[in-house]
Amino acid sequence: MTTAPFRLSADRPAFDQVPNYDPSLSLTGNPAYHPSTAQKVALVFVGIGALACLVGWASGSGFGGALLATVVIGFGGGGMAYAWLTYGQGHAGIQNHGIMFSAQQARGHVGWLWGILLTGLYVLVYWFPQYLTGLIAVFDPISNALGYPEGSRQWVMYGSFYSLAVGTMGVRAFLKYRHIRYQKIRTVSVVFFQLVFGYSLPYLFVLLDQPELYLHYFWPLDYDGLWPDTFGWMPMAALIFGAAMIFIGTPVLTYFFGKRWYCSWVCGCGGLAETAGDPYRHLSDKSQRAWKIERWMIHGVLAFIILTTLMLWANAQWGVLGPIATGFKKWYVFFIGLMFAGVIGVGFYPVFGSRVWCRFGCPMAAILGLQQRFFSRFRITTNGGQCISCGNCSTYCEMGIDVRWYAQRGQNIVRASCVGCGVCSAVCPRGVLSLENGPRDGRIGAPQNNLIGDLDIL
Amino acid sequence: MHLVIVGNGIAGITAARHVRKLDASARITVVSDESDHPYSRTALMYLYMGDLQFAHTKLYEDGFWTKNRIDLVRDRVLAVDASAKTLTLRDAQPMSYDKLLIATGSVPRFAGWPGQELKGVQGFYDLQDLDRMETDTAGVRHAVVVGGGLIGVELAEMLHTRGIGVTLLVRSAWYLPAALPEEEGMMVNEHIRACGIDLRLETELAEVLPDSSGCVHAVTTSRGDTVEAQWVGIAIGVAPNVAFLKGSGIETDRGVLVDEHFQTNLPDIYAAGDCAQHRTPPPGRRPIEPLWYAGRVHGATAAFGLCGQPRAYAPGVFFNSAKFFDLEWQVYGDLNTTLAADERTLYWQHPTEDKAIRLNYTVADSARNVSSLTAVNVMGIRYRHDVCTHWIEHGTDIETVLQNLGAANFDPEFTAQHEADLVAQYNRQAGRTLTLERTRGRIRSLLALSR
Repeated sequence: MTTAPFRLSADRPAFDQVPNYDPSLSLTGNPAYHPSTAQKVALVFVGIGALACLVGWASGSGFGGALLATVVIGFGGGGMAYAWLTYGQGHAGIQNHGIMFSAQQARGHVGWLWGILLTGLYVLVYWFPQYLTGLIAVFDPISNALGYPEGSRQWVMYGSFYSLAVGTMGVRAFLKYRHIRYQKIRTVSVVFFQLVFGYSLPYLFVLLDQPELYLHYFWPLDYDGLWPDTFGWMPMAALIFGAAMIFIGTPVLTYFFGKRWYCSWVCGCGGLAETAGDPYRHLSDKSQRAWKIERWMIHGVLAFIILTTLMLWANAQWGVLGPIATGFKKWYVFFIGLMFAGVIGVGFYPVFGSRVWCRFGCPMAAILGLQQRFFSRFRITTNGGQCISCGNCSTYCEMGIDVRWYAQRGQNIVRASCVGCGVCSAVCPRGVLSLENGPRDGRIGAPQNNLIGDLDIL
Repeated sequence: MHLVIVGNGIAGITAARHVRKLDASARITVVSDESDHPYSRTALMYLYMGDLQFAHTKLYEDGFWTKNRIDLVRDRVLAVDASAKTLTLRDAQPMSYDKLLIATGSVPRFAGWPGQELKGVQGFYDLQDLDRMETDTAGVRHAVVVGGGLIGVELAEMLHTRGIGVTLLVRSAWYLPAALPEEEGMMVNEHIRACGIDLRLETELAEVLPDSSGCVHAVTTSRGDTVEAQWVGIAIGVAPNVAFLKGSGIETDRGVLVDEHFQTNLPDIYAAGDCAQHRTPPPGRRPIEPLWYAGRVHGATAAFGLCGQPRAYAPGVFFNSAKFFDLEWQVYGDLNTTLAADERTLYWQHPTEDKAIRLNYTVADSARNVSSLTAVNVMGIRYRHDVCTHWIEHGTDIETVLQNLGAANFDPEFTAQHEADLVAQYNRQAGRTLTLERTRGRIRSLLALSR
């Protein structure tokens, strides 16, 4: 409680130009953070989990599953206990207090360190797994049970960490938003899809000597889902299911529910963003400039994958475009599939917010967004004149939408990028925002009412 | 036309935006010494609590103001010379104007307690107050907040997030008695206490006691108690910020006196927002309205007058909202806390959660034979502004309202809906057999039906 997070001198300098928070390395430097002894004990467990990873990595051994158990109990048990102690008690309600003073959550030193560590881990997992041999060995009990070959066991480690993160932080998200049933159901849904469709089912397929299928990823997010090669090895049933979801399921569901049915209820990337990424959702850039960049980038990636897919088919059919088509494929896999979706998309959470990939890169989000913008029944409605322009909605929008811009005008919000997480509605202190599906007529722009006299001020 | 607006709060800024819409050629200058860019005053609490940073509270991106050619000037207006049409500024040369809008808001009100000038005693209204609070509450273990209004509970919540103990002194028997009936007020009382605040009702501040260095050390209350505190927040209300107008020829009472167009006694000078006082307020409205949205309507209405297209102030059906810690409150219509002779109330409260719905209505009058809805008050539940306003404006019959009440619900999807419970309660009380016909999502058809 020693450092004042913001300060204005007596002669009143421009307040806007004074940095108004002071994130520091010290956990107690946050004046709104008062951890209890129990919370500290829970953090010790998380620390032990981290230590187990370090021991495995340094020693090159998983110690027959002992480290794996420690990692799961440390991260999972400790993390869940910490979440319960932090959010599970007292009145349920929005508890974002102190986030802007946090060295971890407000792009302070801890946030940057964490971002670099995450990014580095992604680079190692994707391209240099030989440097992670020890850490990979921690997950040997699972890899052995699956009969996973040496040389690709980093994916077992990756999938296990991913699921542990979604599960543990899913409990945190559930408790944090436990006063809102929409949030509870949605959180359970994304955690379920990750733990079952993203983790258990694929490994079950492996156990049954089947291809490792991820039935909740569709083309173009699952970028090779429509590539000619895929048709060589994928089971017919999976192909039919995938095609049906791309061409029928996706547009129909998006028509009725908006893109949220996928992005914040089902998708694994969305699942990580909504759980592990929740502490960083406010870091996404809300400026108009970012919005302009976003629209070019995300639709550019969509064009890139469509073009690549078409070229690969042309190549397969007529043998034309050989090196160009494979070049496109190679570059798409490297830049979009690995660099963007993985390294940047997740590694940069603590710096650019939790939905960098979804917002700027995901071609699936681009398609769903176009459908949502032009054909869907979904919109965020605003509630008459109750908006006080406080800025909570825009700040906590993970997709970088300036929600307030619409709310203070009383306009419905119909934006291609909205994933329907519902947090703008949750953080609004005046009950101004709600997610709704309804008739498509007049859903864009201002509701035709003049609530306050006959002035057009809403 | 050079329009100068003094104050960059919601009234002044709304006026600036509307003048720009009405008159593309007007030169618009906004003078404020509070901040370079307009921000949301109601969000100040979130800065202290660490939910937001200052940049998040700016109403628009910085480029908005140049794009709309609204000049923002950081300076303080010391005096107005209405005959020469110039303003004396603290830092810059005098500024001339063709038209002037005074939108200077309020200052915290003090009741003249002994010791109120001590270091560590302050009100809470602007950025500078926030800054002072930030400095003066560093290291504070216990604080006292005085006042049973919205700012009082905000201060309590702010201090609470910093781990500072709070004693809250409220003159009345429950929170916000001017706006909340007893049942809702009791719910708020209990909610505040459950959040760990030492809420002392029917208690006033008597005196602030200093320590040896002239800082606040403790307070005594009207009940004779002494509460040790190193910081005291005063939140008993606000008063219009009009002291600088003395001797300008602009007529003031408590605030700047204005007509229904927000014009003062001088033709080219208008006033809007917290600092304006209506000579004749519209029915059901108070002369001074320190409300965020009222400032917006004031600013917009004044803009029409300033652009030579005067419109009368028509604020519509009253509404308001607030949040007490985790408890949301919305009200639509004139909610009489003491019912009028021909008025009835229907109140439902959740058995275990902090949720309540109240509908006030008049008893059936012989002319129209309807029991018109007059007010809606909801705690812990969100209702739709346009639906409630529509019903109140049209004097919709209470039974029609009840049968369609689902359409008024604005809670997030999957939230438990309690309208059926309210209807059941009405049926029991009135011996009727109404059913809830409309649930939410049919608002469009509903509005078409009842028009």
